[in-house]
Parts: sequence; C-alpha cells; structure tokens
Amino acid sequence: MNKIDWAAFPDARGHFGAYGGRFVSETLMGALDELQKVYEQYMGDPDFMAELDHDLKQFVGRPNPLYHAERLSRELGGAQIYLKREDLNHTGAHKVNNTIGQALLAKRLGKKRIIAETGAGQHGVATATVAARLGLECVIYMGEEDTRRQTPNVYRMRLLGAEVVAVKSGTRTLKDALNEAMRDWVTNVDDTFYIIGTVAGPHPYPAMVRDFQAVIGREARAQHLEMTGRLPDTLVACVGGGSNAIGLFHPFLGDESVEMVGVEAGGDGVETGRHSAPLCAGQPGVLHGNRTYLMEDENGQIIGTHSISAGLDYPGVGPEHAWLKDIGRVSYVSVTDDQALAGFHRLTRTEGIIPALETSHAIAHVLELAPRMRPDQSIIINLSGRGDKDLNTVAEREGITL
Amino acid sequence: MSRIEQRFAELREQNRAALIPYVTAGDPEPGATVPLMHALVEAGADLIELGVPFSDPMADGPVIQKACERALRFGTGLRDVLAMVAEFRKTDTTTPVVLMGYLNPVERMGYESFAETAKAAGLDGLLTVDLPPEESEDVVGLLEQAGIDPIFLIAPTTTDARMDHVAHAARGFVYYVSLKGVTGSQSLDTSALAARLDAIRKHTGLPLGVGFGIRDATTAAQVARVADAVVVGSAIVRLAEENDGDPVGYARAAAVVVRDMREAMDRARSTSGTATV
Ligand SMILES: Cc1ncc(COP(=O)(O)O)c(C=O)c1O
Repeated sequence: MNKIDWAAFPDARGHFGAYGGRFVSETLMGALDELQKVYEQYMGDPDFMAELDHDLKQFVGRPNPLYHAERLSRELGGAQIYLKREDLNHTGAHKVNNTIGQALLAKRLGKKRIIAETGAGQHGVATATVAARLGLECVIYMGEEDTRRQTPNVYRMRLLGAEVVAVKSGTRTLKDALNEAMRDWVTNVDDTFYIIGTVAGPHPYPAMVRDFQAVIGREARAQHLEMTGRLPDTLVACVGGGSNAIGLFHPFLGDESVEMVGVEAGGDGVETGRHSAPLCAGQPGVLHGNRTYLMEDENGQIIGTHSISAGLDYPGVGPEHAWLKDIGRVSYVSVTDDQALAGFHRLTRTEGIIPALETSHAIAHVLELAPRMRPDQSIIINLSGRGDKDLNTVAEREGITL
Repeated sequence: MSRIEQRFAELREQNRAALIPYVTAGDPEPGATVPLMHALVEAGADLIELGVPFSDPMADGPVIQKACERALRFGTGLRDVLAMVAEFRKTDTTTPVVLMGYLNPVERMGYESFAETAKAAGLDGLLTVDLPPEESEDVVGLLEQAGIDPIFLIAPTTTDARMDHVAHAARGFVYYVSLKGVTGSQSLDTSALAARLDAIRKHTGLPLGVGFGIRDATTAAQVARVADAVVVGSAIVRLAEENDGDPVGYARAAAVVVRDMREAMDRARSTSGTATV
C-alpha cells in the first residue's frame, strides 16, 4: 500500500475518497459550517482539551483497562486476547466518550437544548446523562420497535430527565429515529445542538465523532506497548455506524503491521437478506447526510435491516469505513445472530464479563480467528459495552421469562 | 428557451405569479397520478412538482411521509415516476414538470441513465433536497446537457456568501424555503418575506418560488404579491388521505384547492399594483 497521510482525511469538505460529504437540506448548511468551525477551533484549544480530559477521567472513569483475557486465550489456544474495557465507562459503553465531547461543544456554542437519536439506547442514555449534568433540555428519538426491545434504557433516559420520543414512521428503528432527529434539528436549529451517536451524518460529524472516540485507540496502543513491548497484530470491533471501531482503529492506521477487522451484524445470515451488513452486502449511496455503503433495493429505497442487537440495526455505516474498505486497509466480515449469542455466552462464562450483544459480534469473530493465530501474537477486541441492557433479549430468545 | 423559462416569461407578461402544486407520484396508487396532474393544470396550475417517493423523507413532515408510504406500497420508483411524466407529456407539451425528492434514488439509477431517460420523458427540472450545490457538480453537468434545470433551495438560514454559491448553480427558478422546518409545518410569516426575497434578488435574476407552510388561499395570495411562484404541497397531499385512497375524490378536492388559490393569487396581483416581477 502507498503511504497514506491519514491525518489528511477527510478533506476540507468532509470527503473520505468518494465517501462522506454533506448531503443535507439547505437549512442545515449554516449550522454545519458553524459546527465545523467551533469543532476545529476547540480541538486545538488547550483549555477545551483540558476540560475534556478532566471529564473523561473524573466522570467517565478513563483510562479504562486493557485486560488480558488469559483464560479465553488459553482455551482457544491461539493468539493472546486483550479486551479494551469500554464497558467499564460510566453509563456502560463507549458512547459517552463522544457525548461528553459534543456536549462541551454545545455549551461553548450556548445551545440550551440537546437532541439525539438512539438504537440500543446506549447513546441516548449517554446523551441524557451529560445533559442532566450540564442542566440542558434533552429530547431523545428512538424507533418504537427499539423502545420495546430496550425498555430498561428507555426508563433510564426518563429518570435522567430526558423526553423519549417513540418514532412511529418507516421501519420504526434507528434509521427512522435519525430521520426524526434531523426533522427536529431543521425546525429548531437556532437553539438546538444535535449530538449524533456514531461516525455517520453530514460533515463534520464523522470526523468529529471519530476524534472524540479515538481516545480508545490511543489508550489501547500505549497500554499494549507497555504490557507487551510491542504492537498488537490484529484489532477487532463490531460495526454498527462504526464509532467504537474507528475509535480503536484510527490511532493504529499508520502502523502497517496491525491488521484490522470490522464485524457487521449478519442477522439470519447475509445470504438470507435479513441482516445489517452494508459493507459486506450493500452498495454505495447517499443517506443521512453522507455517501457510504447502504442497504437498498433496486429503486434506491432503503430496506429494512435485521439484527439481534438494536445498536447494529442500521442500513448505513460511517463513510470512513466505506473508504477503508475500498482501499483495503480494514477488512469487514459479518457474524450471525446465533454466532453473536454464542460469543455472548462464551465471554460471560470464561471471563466473568457480560458483553453487550453488539460487542458479542466482535467476540464471535475472535472465537474463529484466534485459534488460527500463534500464541505469541495478540488481538485487541474493543469491548464496546456491557450486556445488562440485553438480558431481556437473550432470555426471551432462549425461552426464559424474567 | 426551456419550458420553465417560457412559462415564467408568459406569466411575467400577464403580471401573474406561478402556482406550483406538489403531489407525491404514485399516491394513493400508481394510476392516480397522471389524471391528477391534468386535473391540476385544468384548475390553474402553471407548473407541477412531482414528488419521488422515498423510504426516508427526512425533509418532510407527516403528511408527505405518509404519502411516500402509500406510494411505496406499490413499489413506485424513479423509473415509474419518469414513465408518468412521459405519459403526461403525450397530451400536455407546455406545462413544466419538476421532480422533487432525495438523491439516493437518482444515484441508484445512475446520473447518466437518469438524465437520458428524463430528457426522453420530457422532464424539465430536478430538485433534490439533500443535494446542496457543493456536492452537485457531477449531476449538474449531466442535467444541463440533457436540458434539465437543477433547482436549488435557499433557506432562512442561508448566508449571503452561500446565496452566491446557490445562485451560481441554480437554473430555472430558485426555491425559497420560507421557514425553518419540514414540509407542512406551521404557517409562514409573510411579513418578513418581502425583505428576504429582495435580499435574494441581489444574488440572482432567476424567478423566486416560495414554498413550505403555504396552507390556504389567503397565504398563497399574500405570497403571490411578492414572489414569482407559490409552491403548495402538504395542503394538497393531505387531501389524498382525507379521501381515503379514492383517486377521483382526491383529484376533485385538489382541483378545488388549486382553483381557490389561483383566483386569490390573481386577485392579489391585479389589486396590489406593486408587482415586483
Ligand atoms: C455497546 C455498543 N457497541 C456498539 C454499538 C454500535 O455503534 P458503533 O458502531 O457506532 O460503535 C452500540 C450502539 O448502540 C453499542 O451500544
């Protein structure tokens, strides 16, 4: 591969090669210009960065450990497996790294009202949490279908003082929640800050969310070097919109020896059409403000997705992943609902860590990958979240009533 | 001269503002659309905006969202919509037709293939709400070759610097989104409109259409005093739902609304004496 200057992406207009950009209605263009300006200004501002670091340390609990899963590694008999413990963050997932950052920007911009979309509810909870802490009004859009799948998180958001709006249009899942949040934003753009939960949306969101999540990879890289004296061989993360994956991957992109695998939700299997794996089985198109791989029909209509995990149930993916796929820097695979469930149980029983169903997709892939590697090699899995929110889903699937 | 230019030139001569009804193609069923278009023209429409159904109509309020859902039950896609335009053109060669929708169906069809098919169908303009001029270079070139005008939006939030940018890329007419919000939102504030349109006219000589939030004949008449065109969407599409999927009832009700607006607009122009065209 030619030497790529990774810091040069996206370009000034938000393009990662043919992907990304800013495809929104005219009403939002001014707000996005403004957001880009403050984001670029504050990412280079020592006071802002000090406040962000302080919050990540004192409120989120960073740095979180890079944990050597010795028992799982031994059982699989291959590579050493390390878990980046984002599940130990306050609110239980990586999502809060981003909401803390964006909420600080909202404060700097003087916005009084925060909106967000959520699928699994993790981003909604993380947003409601920072809104409560900063005393900001907060409205969370969530597909009606997801409010049913993730009831504990709906209650959590309401306890935190957020208004949760169940979105009844379209497929009533994450993509429709995003549509509704965009409609809110276009209506209330003067006083409202939209905290997008993943590396999707119009520029500057994919770059900005990546930069807030890159703390994962920076910590993991330093921790792995300190623990082993070398770089890891392979990084593995689940990909919904792609924020936890890009957060881990990005600081390693220049390390040519490090392989990276993004794991999409294969649902019932990509061959069945019932899945959420646009990088593995979709094609480029334009949705939610950027050009990327999408799941769509021959008329360009976005099609319904399926995954056991609400957080991966999205027909698009961040544009940077689309580009990393095309240039071959990262490979993308999918695992099915059943494989993810097996991964969920395996980690729980072997290491005493209950992972989120989203994360379980990454684990499932490693169950196959690790045995094919040598014991002197290592893998870092982004343990993006904890599984408490999924206990109902898993129990129900296995015929148990709680 | 393009059909759109021709139409605006005629209207300017008559000191009238254009009335542009929007309907979602294929709503409530595929066979309803072409007769509906003719009925709208008969009732006084000068130009027709035909909505391309999309699964994720982010810029639309509930009325047009539901229209998209009704149309998508029959799987009405962009190629079908272009076939409707071709059918309409068989008997109406003068009324300009502009497609309004989202970029992805066009992207999926392929810009070249779209431009070619649209030209053959007799389409006059394309407005994709999620395509700002910054991202439009490829498409605009192909559209221009096919003689199809790219229509762009200006919003209340558009800065002066951006206005130049939009005006530079725009052809046919410029569509001023009269409020911050989605289609079918609260009624617009007509008092601030005249000043805003004057500001836009400093950047472009194209006719200015105003849409979003025009719900009744009174508002249409107020807007017609200061704008070159009045775009009405949700106030018409709502009638599809009220007529419970009966295409004939829908067309009849839509014609009544259009006729009322037409008369009110023409009255406003003939009494105002301060036509700005
Ligand atoms: C724990 C966890 N992991 C992963 C995801 C997927 O999002 P992303 O791909 O942006 O990391 C979610 C989304 O809700 C999540 O809650």
